[in-house]
Amino acid sequence: MNINKNIAVSDSGFVFNSTTGESFSVNPIGVEIIEMLKQEKTIEEINQNIAERYNADLVTIDKDVSDFIDLLKQYSLIENQDAA
Amino acid sequence: MDKQRYERPLIKKLESNMPNKFGTRTEYLPKTHIDDVAVTELADKYGSPLFVLSEKTLRSNIRNAKKAFETRYPKVQFAWSYKTNYNDAVCRVLHQEGSWAEVVSGFEYDKALNNGVEGSKILFNGPDKTDDDLKKAITNESIIHIDHLDEFYAIKEIAGNLNKDVNVAIRVNMDTGVYPMWDRFGFNFENGQAWDVLNRIMRSDIMTLVGLHTHIGTFMLSPNAYAVAAGKLAELAIGIKEKFDHEVSYIDMGGGFASNNTLKGAYLPGTDISPSINDFAEAITSALISSNFEHDKLPLLILETGRALVDDAGYLIGSVLSNKRLSDGRRSTILDVGVNILFTSFWYDHKITPAQPFTQYTEDTVLYGPLCMNIDIIRDHISLPLLNKGDKVVIHNVGAYNMTQWMQFITLRPKIVLIDIEGNTHIIREDEKLQNLLDVEKVPDHLKDFEL
Amino acid sequence: MRPKIKIAVTGLNAIDNPGPGVAVIRGLLEAESFEASIIGLAYESLEPGIYMHNLVDKTYQIPYPSAGTDLLLERIEYINGIENLDVIIPNFDAELYSFIKLETRLKELGIHTFLPTLEQFEERLKINLPEFGEKYDINVPKSEAIYSVVDFRKIQDKYDWPVVVKGKYYDAGIAYNYEQVTTYFNKISAKWGLPIIIQEFSHGTEYNVTGVGDGNGNTISAVPMRKQYITDIGKAWGGIAITDEKLIELTHHFIRETKWRGGFELELMKNKDGSFYLLEINPRIPAWVYLAVGVGQNIPEIIVNLAMGINVEPIKEFKAGKMFIRYSWEMIVDLEEFEKISTTGEL
Repeated sequence: MNINKNIAVSDSGFVFNSTTGESFSVNPIGVEIIEMLKQEKTIEEINQNIAERYNADLVTIDKDVSDFIDLLKQYSLIENQDAA
Repeated sequence: MDKQRYERPLIKKLESNMPNKFGTRTEYLPKTHIDDVAVTELADKYGSPLFVLSEKTLRSNIRNAKKAFETRYPKVQFAWSYKTNYNDAVCRVLHQEGSWAEVVSGFEYDKALNNGVEGSKILFNGPDKTDDDLKKAITNESIIHIDHLDEFYAIKEIAGNLNKDVNVAIRVNMDTGVYPMWDRFGFNFENGQAWDVLNRIMRSDIMTLVGLHTHIGTFMLSPNAYAVAAGKLAELAIGIKEKFDHEVSYIDMGGGFASNNTLKGAYLPGTDISPSINDFAEAITSALISSNFEHDKLPLLILETGRALVDDAGYLIGSVLSNKRLSDGRRSTILDVGVNILFTSFWYDHKITPAQPFTQYTEDTVLYGPLCMNIDIIRDHISLPLLNKGDKVVIHNVGAYNMTQWMQFITLRPKIVLIDIEGNTHIIREDEKLQNLLDVEKVPDHLKDFEL
Repeated sequence: MRPKIKIAVTGLNAIDNPGPGVAVIRGLLEAESFEASIIGLAYESLEPGIYMHNLVDKTYQIPYPSAGTDLLLERIEYINGIENLDVIIPNFDAELYSFIKLETRLKELGIHTFLPTLEQFEERLKINLPEFGEKYDINVPKSEAIYSVVDFRKIQDKYDWPVVVKGKYYDAGIAYNYEQVTTYFNKISAKWGLPIIIQEFSHGTEYNVTGVGDGNGNTISAVPMRKQYITDIGKAWGGIAITDEKLIELTHHFIRETKWRGGFELELMKNKDGSFYLLEINPRIPAWVYLAVGVGQNIPEIIVNLAMGINVEPIKEFKAGKMFIRYSWEMIVDLEEFEKISTTGEL
């Protein structure tokens, strides 16, 4: 699972897809997740990382992160290489 | 190391819209305290969902309303509209503030008596008064507002049998330029029905006409309609004086003043467009003062204001049960507050705010209640911060009608808590228990046993 | 030296159905009596005016009126804290109610406006037009409000076909038979609510007047215009300033009788025998206001001066023989600018 190469993410949370011309706004934790995806971290690693730094349980985080990643896929920001 | 406050990740597509006429309403200012009591504390102590009433707001509303009318008109009396909220504690706050009782059924009548309101200070309205109700009202010397001719004859007969004089008023309906015109209650002004029944009352030995009553509509946004109505009732009163040399002692303008809620489909929020109590007072009192009453003979002005006094004194605390995404990508949030206890969500876009601070990130959300019923929608479109499971929300302006029209449906009804002037909390209605239902249900013997 | 005045302007959507903001700003920058610097107030991030840096110094996003006046005021207080505004000119119908309600509170912040009173604003609503015409002795087309299609049956005899079926605030359709009335009734009421207004269809030529009333019954400015070319959605893209005395007199009459305060646009129809009917009153400056500036009546400048409490002598003359032709052109904008307004609400 890889973030599409043509995606630019700014610190302000502005995400631009130069392939489609679409732009998005992402909140800070969303930016962190995108950065971690760029570093090719697995979902488990991402969940763990967030749970260590934020006051939420893994179940909530897991649910929210997978929903977020679903949206990234829906918006064609992720190239889905594996079946996971 | 302290962990940071968690907010779920959010991505929003930036839509390239031009200004449209219906912008999204953002309501993300948190409501963390009600009268200095923390919302989370209330929910922890009394459960969720939970109705909360502010005694402070309620008292200040009735005092403001009285001031608005009394500074403009010599004789004013408020009568608390029981159907709006007949919780005893609420009623007693208003009775302590000098309000009479306005009831529309035998049940409400008994509740007023039970609250200690003397019979002569109960105004009995509505189309449904049984013979027993009428007997009780006549015996207690209450004032009966006659709704239809059948009732006129019933009163005449019952009062005759009791050999007791009875004070009556009639409810008058009329065209005030407002749609829809409420012509199902009382007697019509324009087509002569009102005069017809007035003639009958004046010819009766046992009935004394003490007042004229109207109630022109509900959630009225036009003070001018009240000016028209007050003018017409004044005209009627002056006509009675001329024809029968009889003076009515009061004019009752009913209720119907809008609260700060926002009606579904309205573009601007209720806080911006609902007239103030001063606007209504100005319209009604100037119409009466500029009518042809002699100045020292202005009748008592009665007001049956309900909603405008109690709506913003009521809050409903709820909790987030779950967040989920709908098939079309919209976010939905399920609350533990359903339409069974928030009846008014059928016609208002209630203001709903989180009970804890949030970032500026918001998401368009459908707010569902917990009932397993498709109609259970609290807001079909609202922009809210990113709520987590278990987070609390506060629903505003719920003091009117919800605590009377609520249903025991699928779940049991929650507690009502009153915060008094000092900030102490009191349970003023317990949450329903299974036993409350078992107490009134009966199972025939042949249905008692079964094997599965 | 000319005084410096900081003016916030809304309606920066100079698109095919243009908001008046950009035209208003052009007038303000050409004002002779003061030196204007302009703050844009925008609802959406693609309003073209946001990116016109030769016209607008800085733009802030503001909440939609539907969010309520409290949130709007809070945002303006924030903007004022940075910019120290002197005047706000709101240019959308939908936001006027909120700004009129905020008038005194804005004044407390030192921000001046020059808007119609709430009474004037409501009196001229479409639904009140018949009473308006009667009260001020102005010809208006026959119209009435209906709450159901069945209501139309009761009044049908009073009207010839076709009739205009109008929404409370926006939208209209011309119906040639009962079925079409039903169609428009359902379509428009679903969007804008009840009532629906049935209006007699006026034949003739359409004219517009823009101007300013001082609130005491005096006409400070009045420029009539005839549309020369109308786009598919009914907007003028060419128009010519005209000197019809009857139109000017009618405008004087309107202002004298209503004591109109602020800018306005009258939409009128001239029928075969030469009499004018008032179709609509827009309680704000129209998008074609730059024509008025071009013929010598700088309406935005007048409004700013009146807002600041400066006496303005009525302008009666204007250069005849001028027309406007609207055009569109493309700006090249760096994506960073769009990012900035989208994420921070400021640019």
